Amino acid sequence: MRACGGLCTGAENGVKKMKIVLQNLTKTFPGRGRKDRNDVTAVDDLSCEIPDGELIALLGPSGCGKSTTLNLLCGLEKPTSGRIFFGEDDITDLPPELRGVGMVFQNYALYPHMTVRQNILFPLENLKGKDRPSKEEMQTRAEETARLVQIEDLMDRKPKELSGGQQQRVAIARALVKMPRVLLLDEPLSNLDARLRLQTREEIRKIQKKTGITTVFVTHDQDEAMSISDRIAVMRLGELMQMGKPQEVYDNPANLFVAKFLGTPPINVFEGRVRDEQLYIGDEAVFSVKGTADQEVWAGVRPEGFILREDGPLSCELNRVEIMGRDISIIAGHKACMAQTIRAIIGADTGVNTAASQVRFALKAGKVFLFRKETEERIF
Amino acid sequence: MNANNKKAWLYLLPATLFLVFFLVYPLIDVFIYSVEEGYNFASQTYFGTGLYNFSYVLHDPYFLQAVKNTFILVIITVPVSTGLALLISVGLSSIKPLRELYQTVYFLPYVTNTLAVGLVFMILFQKTEYTDGLVNLMIGWFGGESVDFIDGPYWAKMFVLCFYTVWVVTPFKILVLTSALASVNQDYYRAARVDGTPRLRVFTRITLPMISPMIFYLVITGFIGAFKAYSDAVALFGTDLNAAGMNTIVGYVYDMLYGDSGGYPSYASAAAVILFAIVLTITCINLMVSRKRVEI
Amino acid sequence: MERQAEYEKTGYTEVGRGKAEYEKMQKKAERRNRIRKALTYTGLSIWALIVLFPFYWMLLTSVKSYGAYNAEHIPAFFTLSPTLQNYIDAFTQVPLVGYLLNTVIFAVLTTALMVVVSVLAAYAFARLQFRGRNLLFTLFLSMMMIPSELVVITNFVTATNLDLRNTFAGLVLPSVTSVFYIYLLKENFEQVPDELYRAAKVDGTSDLKYLRKVMVPICRPTIVTVTILKIIECWNSYVWPRLVTDDPAYYLVSNGIQEIRENGFGRENIPAMMAAVVVISVPLIILFLVFRRKIMEGVSRGGMKG
Repeated sequence: MRACGGLCTGAENGVKKMKIVLQNLTKTFPGRGRKDRNDVTAVDDLSCEIPDGELIALLGPSGCGKSTTLNLLCGLEKPTSGRIFFGEDDITDLPPELRGVGMVFQNYALYPHMTVRQNILFPLENLKGKDRPSKEEMQTRAEETARLVQIEDLMDRKPKELSGGQQQRVAIARALVKMPRVLLLDEPLSNLDARLRLQTREEIRKIQKKTGITTVFVTHDQDEAMSISDRIAVMRLGELMQMGKPQEVYDNPANLFVAKFLGTPPINVFEGRVRDEQLYIGDEAVFSVKGTADQEVWAGVRPEGFILREDGPLSCELNRVEIMGRDISIIAGHKACMAQTIRAIIGADTGVNTAASQVRFALKAGKVFLFRKETEERIF
Repeated sequence: MNANNKKAWLYLLPATLFLVFFLVYPLIDVFIYSVEEGYNFASQTYFGTGLYNFSYVLHDPYFLQAVKNTFILVIITVPVSTGLALLISVGLSSIKPLRELYQTVYFLPYVTNTLAVGLVFMILFQKTEYTDGLVNLMIGWFGGESVDFIDGPYWAKMFVLCFYTVWVVTPFKILVLTSALASVNQDYYRAARVDGTPRLRVFTRITLPMISPMIFYLVITGFIGAFKAYSDAVALFGTDLNAAGMNTIVGYVYDMLYGDSGGYPSYASAAAVILFAIVLTITCINLMVSRKRVEI
Repeated sequence: MERQAEYEKTGYTEVGRGKAEYEKMQKKAERRNRIRKALTYTGLSIWALIVLFPFYWMLLTSVKSYGAYNAEHIPAFFTLSPTLQNYIDAFTQVPLVGYLLNTVIFAVLTTALMVVVSVLAAYAFARLQFRGRNLLFTLFLSMMMIPSELVVITNFVTATNLDLRNTFAGLVLPSVTSVFYIYLLKENFEQVPDELYRAAKVDGTSDLKYLRKVMVPICRPTIVTVTILKIIECWNSYVWPRLVTDDPAYYLVSNGIQEIRENGFGRENIPAMMAAVVVISVPLIILFLVFRRKIMEGVSRGGMKG
C-alpha cells in the first residue's frame, strides 16, 4: 500500500462508483471524397455500460470505430448524437480537461524535449486555482506515480534514451499522475515487439488492479483483449456486436462475426442445414440441435470442438497433420467448409493415422454454433 | 570497375567543369585579388602584395556607411520577419477554411521580381511635387506630418528599406514554418488537450521546442541573406546607392567593381572578403547558440 | 489513506462540480474560442492586404492615364476611366519586348543547361559506383556555402577578359551551376529502387538509356520542380546580368526596369512604368498559380532564394 501511495485507491477503499455509460452514441464525419460526399458513420448508435473499476477492451478490426469511441470518451471528438455519463455526470459536452481522463496514445506522444520527470509533471502544471498542488506536492506525486510503473530510476532521461517498453510506462505514468477518473489507452501495445508485448500487458493489468481506475483500451488483437480485460466489447463498422466477459463471449458468440473474430486458430465455418433438429453438413447429420427450426445455416465449430473418432459422423479428407508438442492440428478438407480447409486441434495423446486419406470427427457440445444464413445471428 | 570509374567521371564532367571554373577558381582568386595592391584592370598589373586594400576599404566612409546600413537592416529585419512569420504561420495552422488561399497569397512576393515590385513601393512611399504619395496620405489620416521616405531623412529611408525587405523575405519563412508546424505529430497536441494545457503553454512548452530547429535554421539563413541585401535597396533608391546614403556592403562591392565608381576589383575583393568574415562569424555564433538551445 | 482524502478534497477527481458551473465554463470557452478565431482571421487578412496591396496599386496605376495620375494630388483608390494607353507606351516607347525576349532566352538556355548538367551529375552520385564518390559529393555540398558575392568578382574579370560581356554566353554560363539542385535530384534518384537498375542491366540497357527511359520519367515531378525554381531564379536575377551587360540590347527585365526607371519614359510617367512592371510580373505570377503546389513544396524542402 505504502509503495503506491495515494494512487492505490483500489477497490478496498470503496471509491465512488465511476461506471461509464454510453447512450445511443453516434458519430458521423462529413464525407471527404470529391465524388462521394456521403457522411461516414464511425460510431453507430452505441449503447453500453462499463462497470466501475474494470478493464475493458474495445476490440475490432481497423475501421470499426473503436478509436473514434475512445476519442469520444476523452472528449477530443464531439458525438453527433447520444450521451456519455461518467458515474451520474453527463459529460457529453465537456472539454477533455474537465472530464478527468488520462490517455495513453499509440505512439505515446511523449514530449521529446522534456525529461521523463518533466513529462510526468506536465499535466499537473496545467492545473489551475484550487486544483493546483504545491511544487513539493507535484514532485511527490510524480515520484509516486513513477514508482508505481517502476521508472523511478529513469526520471532524468529524455524519451529517446528509453526503450519502447519504458516509454510506454512513462506514458502511463503521465496519464495516471493527475489521478484520472478514467484511463484510456489507444492500442497501447502495438508499437512493442512480441515478447515485450506479453510482459507489458501483464504490467498494465497489474497497474490497473492496483489503482482500480476504470480503464478502456483499444486493440485489434483479440489475444491481447482476451488475456487481460475484465470485459471485451467487440465492434464492427461502428456498431457494438457484443460485450461481456472474455470467456462468455468466446463461449457464446452473438453472431458469426464475433465467433470468427475471437479465437486462434479461428473457428471453422461450414454451410449447413437443419432438418428435424439435426444439423446436416453435406449429406451427413453431424450434430443434434434441439429446438432449432428447419433452415439453412452457417455452422461454426471451434478447432477444439472436434473429436477424432472412427465412427464420427463428419468425414473429411485428411490433408496433413501438424504435431505441436502439447497438441496436434489436423488439417483436413471438406467441400461444405467456407475456407479451403478445416483445422481441428486434439490432444497430443490421441493417436492419428497420418497415412490415412480420410478422417472422421464427432463434434463436442458447446463448441458448435449455428447462425442464421441471412442475418448471421446466432440461433443455437 | 575501371570502365565504370571512367563513365562516372564522364557524367560528372560538365558539372565539375562549371563548378571549378565559376565557383572554385573564383573563390581562390578573390582572396588573391584582395591582397594585390594597386591592381590595374586595364593592364592587369599590380605593385605588390599586402593588406593595403583592406585598410583602404575600412577607412572608406562609403564602406563604413554601408556597414552601418547593413547592420541596422539585419538587426531590424531578421527578428521582425521571423517573429511575424511565426505569428502568421501559427495563425494559419489554427484555421481551416480559406487556409490555402491565404497561403497562396502570402507566397506571392517570393515569386515576383524584386526590382519591379520595389518600384511600386517607391511610388507608394515617395513624396513628389505633385503628390505626397499614398503612405503619407495615410499618415495624414492619423494626423501625422508627411515625410519623403525615398529622398528624405535617413530613418525614413531606412524604414522603407526594412519594410520592403520584410515584405520580400517573410513568404519563405512563413512557408518553412507552416510546414514545420504541420509536421509536428498531432498526438502531442491531443495529449496536451486531454491534460487541459492552456494555449499559451502549449505554444511555449510544446510548439516552440518542437519547431525550434526550423526557427534557428531560419534565423541563420535570415542573417546570411540580410547581410547580402542589395537589390531591395536598388529597387527603392536607384543604382546610385552611395549618393542616397543607403548603400549596403554588397552594393559597395559591386560599385567598386563596376559602374561610374568601378574598376577596382582589388577593393571589391577586400570588401567581399570582409563581408564573408562577418557572415562567417555571425553564423558561427548562431550555430553555437542554437546548439545550446535546440535539444531534440 | 490520509492522502486519499486529500485528493478527494482537491476536486480534480471529484465528480460533482455542478452542471450549471460546467455549462458556464463551456459557454465561456466557446466565446473565447470565437473571439480568438475572429482575431486570427483579422490578423491574417491584414497581412494578406499588405501583401496584395502593392499588386493592386501597380495594376491600378497602370490603367490610370498619365494626365489623370499627375493631376491627383491625393491618390485615388480606384479609377473610373481605365486606359490601356500605358501598356501601348510600355511596348512602343521602351524596348520592353526586347527585355522580355532576352529574359526568356536567358531563362530557357540557363535552365536547360542546368537540368542536363545536374541530372547527369546527380545520376553519377546516386547510381554509379566509383572511387571517391562520397568525398566528391561532400566537396560538392560544401560548395553550397560559397557566397555568390565572393565569386562574382573574378567571374566578372574572366567574362571581361574572354570578351563575353554583352553576350548570351557570358550571361548564361556562370549562372548554370546549382549545387542545391544536384543535391535535390540525387536524393530523388536514390529513392528509385535498385532492382529497376539491376533489371535494366540484365536486359542489357545502357546507363544513359536507363537514365533517359527510367530515371527521368520516374523522377519527373522533382525535375519539373527544379526547372520551375530555376526559371523563377533566372527571371528575377539582377546582379550578374547587371555586371556583365551594359548594352541595353542584352538587358534582362530586372535591368530593363532599372533602365526604364532612370532613362525610360522620363521620371514622371509613373503609369507607363507601372504598366511595364505589370508586364514583367505577370508571367511569373501565372507560372506560380499554375504550379503553386510544386513550387511551394520545392521551396520548403530547403530552397533558399538566390
